[in-house]
Amino acid sequence: MDKTIRFKLNGKEVAVETSPERMLLWVLRTDLEHTGTKYGCGEGYCGFCTVIVDGQPERSCRLPLAKVEGKSVVTIEGLSKGSLLHPLQQAFVDNGALQCGYCTPGMIMEAYALLLRKPNPTEAEIADALEGNLCRCGTHKRVIAAVRQASGALKMKVVDHEAR
Amino acid sequence: MKPVKIKPRVKDDEYPTPGPGGLADQWALERREFLKLAGGGLVVIFSAGEGLDAQMGGLRGADGGYPDDPNAYLKVGTDGRVTGFSGKIEMGQGTTTALQMMLAEELDVPLASVDMIMGDTAVCPYDAGTFGSRSIKYFGPALRQAAAEARGVLIRLASAKLGAAEDALATRDGAVYVLKSPSKKVTYADLIGGKKIEVRLEKKPPIKPVAKHTVSGKPTLRSDARAKVTGEAKFSGDIRLPGLLYAAIVRPPAHGAKLKSADTSAAEKVPGVKVVRDGDLVAVLHEKPDVAAEALALIKTEFEPSPSKLDNSNIFAHLKEVTAKTDVVIESGNLDEGAKLATKLIEKSYFAQYVAHSTSEPHTAVVRIDGDKAEVWASTQSPFRAQQEVARTLGLDVPNVRVRTPFVGGGFGGKNAGAQIVEAARLAKLTGKPVQVAWSRKEEFFFDTFRPAATYDIRSGLDARNKIVLWDYKNYHAGSRSSQPVYDIPHKRVTGYGGGFGGAEGVHPFGTGAWRGPGSNTNIFATESHIDVMAEAAGMDPLSFRLANLTDARMKKVVHAAADAFDRTFATAPSGRGYGIAITDYLGTYLATMAEVAVNRETGAVRVLRVVCAQDSGEVVNPEGSRMQIEGCITMGLGYCLTEEIRFKNGAVLDENYDTYELPRMSWLPKIEVVLVDNPDLAPQGCGEPAITAMGAVIANAIHDAAGVRMVMLPMTAARIKEALAKK
Repeated sequence: MDKTIRFKLNGKEVAVETSPERMLLWVLRTDLEHTGTKYGCGEGYCGFCTVIVDGQPERSCRLPLAKVEGKSVVTIEGLSKGSLLHPLQQAFVDNGALQCGYCTPGMIMEAYALLLRKPNPTEAEIADALEGNLCRCGTHKRVIAAVRQASGALKMKVVDHEAR
Repeated sequence: MKPVKIKPRVKDDEYPTPGPGGLADQWALERREFLKLAGGGLVVIFSAGEGLDAQMGGLRGADGGYPDDPNAYLKVGTDGRVTGFSGKIEMGQGTTTALQMMLAEELDVPLASVDMIMGDTAVCPYDAGTFGSRSIKYFGPALRQAAAEARGVLIRLASAKLGAAEDALATRDGAVYVLKSPSKKVTYADLIGGKKIEVRLEKKPPIKPVAKHTVSGKPTLRSDARAKVTGEAKFSGDIRLPGLLYAAIVRPPAHGAKLKSADTSAAEKVPGVKVVRDGDLVAVLHEKPDVAAEALALIKTEFEPSPSKLDNSNIFAHLKEVTAKTDVVIESGNLDEGAKLATKLIEKSYFAQYVAHSTSEPHTAVVRIDGDKAEVWASTQSPFRAQQEVARTLGLDVPNVRVRTPFVGGGFGGKNAGAQIVEAARLAKLTGKPVQVAWSRKEEFFFDTFRPAATYDIRSGLDARNKIVLWDYKNYHAGSRSSQPVYDIPHKRVTGYGGGFGGAEGVHPFGTGAWRGPGSNTNIFATESHIDVMAEAAGMDPLSFRLANLTDARMKKVVHAAADAFDRTFATAPSGRGYGIAITDYLGTYLATMAEVAVNRETGAVRVLRVVCAQDSGEVVNPEGSRMQIEGCITMGLGYCLTEEIRFKNGAVLDENYDTYELPRMSWLPKIEVVLVDNPDLAPQGCGEPAITAMGAVIANAIHDAAGVRMVMLPMTAARIKEALAKK
């Protein structure tokens, strides 16, 4: 049974009329045409579809739309401000922390969630937080370096982002 | 070949038309189409006849053109922006950035004013596909020459405009200037002035010497990074078209299982669902992909059982039984003579299981048919092959099919084949709507063209001075790449059984194909493992033993570079320290890899602590890109060393997702150090694959040094190591 589900997507109110049992990933990619969030495995194993829901990282392929009703969802499209990259995105660029780029949105969102809860993580803490995010190209070393680079500069920006 | 004098034809809106009929005419038509699409500007076209020597990709001077069909390679636009066209595709390997650098270098324009259009069959020169680490090696020189030619034409045009002789002019920053009075200059945009200029390149213009490079050779960040960190980068699955339907397709439970019946009645009741059936192709389509997938689950199917009786245990015996085709890859000296000279004979067999490509982006395609034309967006390494397949499937003329290749989310050889593209084309025709086919992860693990399982028998001999005097190498089904030893061996024979990695009919229970460094990964695993076995038999440390049996000075230099960076002392194995070494020549790229591992003797689990790789791939266009590729090879390679194997039984693939098929993760990451061995006198060689090919052997050798067990099967899982330790 279709229902109107309202939530905040990257700071803007959206309303989708569809089955609340559908997974957020497909609603984002198809109904809302936010294609930055990627499908990888459909079972929550790979992390490519990671988005932030009320500050927490979630696998959108396993998250029914009903669960985000009234909540705030941030996707990869929500990090940059106009042409200005978020410091975490800039750090991925600066460190060459991507190759094919398919896992990158999920990787960045997972790292973003880590920095929200722990602004200055150690390398071990970064690796631990990203353990569930796969990258077939093998950019692991550079991803850790990128998150390290972003961690110093990030605190202000996160507050800034959350406040807007 | 006689040098031909080139005169640019300056025309406002017409193009020369070659004689009617034949392939040349077809290309001419496509070229006209291209020029229409391209708008004004200076276009450089490569003509036929050049460049077969370039297929060898040898020393500088021997390199030349690319394929011998006439097509456009680059355009300097009326705004002075440079656009390069390449039938290669970007799948993460960073070729786009390196090609942009080559264009910027040769044309003296800022890097930011260079664009690349990749893998669009309507505008890019024909290309057989992106594989074999060949984009920079083979396409790069052609692009460089086209750019050098464009620069020459611009200087010629400027000579008239500035009233100065051509040799009194130089180029910088997108402009031609007078050497003796640099303020006298004219920009490329002003020179072209809205005109259309077509240049046919019929001889090789001189290109800049490496010593004069200011862009090429400098570490440069990826040009596609910004699009990829913002989510703006479009992959095939991100293409949205009006009326687009997403397909979910009925699949067999096992390879070789034939469909007996399909009851689609329940699926048909789902609102908005379209069910189609065309022979064995049964699919549900919907404007939401997840709804299509749910409806698919409502279809009740019956399949005949697969006739396959193969599984991970009996596959190796089967591979030897089915062996048909035999290739002697190399033979020199006399094996009997070698055996006579030997004081020690060493025989061993090696094995490798099937491995998945498991690209992050599953195979995806979108097809839209409009009358006698079709448009395709596909995650493919071979857009021109896809163009032909779609044309054949739909009964269209090849030029009427346009394949575009958006960003490809990893390929590694797995996207040479494009079954999903043909499926999308069939379904677009059956439904009359644009259709997307995007494989689920389960479909990906089922229809992948796996790295083939392979087995090896090696018989070798050492003489009293610990020189390798005999090498009798038999490879079953791996493919022959990198199967020739790099060592100086007087009596040797390398035999390949069963053809290449694609596999002949009846060999493999499912599709197999090229997998990043195809053939080489397992050939180097067998070869370099066996070299360590011999070193131990010789009572020598594995580094000294290798150096004592090598004569190739370039290889020795690379080995020394790796040893210097590794900065550890090798001892006769097993030393308990866990050091390993493996070296190879991958299609002209030389490398030596050294690693340190720790083995948990209770669980058999391996922790790779450190990997050092020294690589000589000739002139390096983008050192940052090369480092990324080598690091990626090392990290990805850990998977096929330690965990990755496709489990299968009677045609069914038992691994369906990442819960059982384990890829390398953050916690696996060793300390990685890359040494780029400077060799600018050699034209750029490949870089996307070489470093992954040494991983199996370097880890096997390090495990042996750590724990005293010789692992002869890939992957070297904790369970296999534990078993080997128990037998010790």
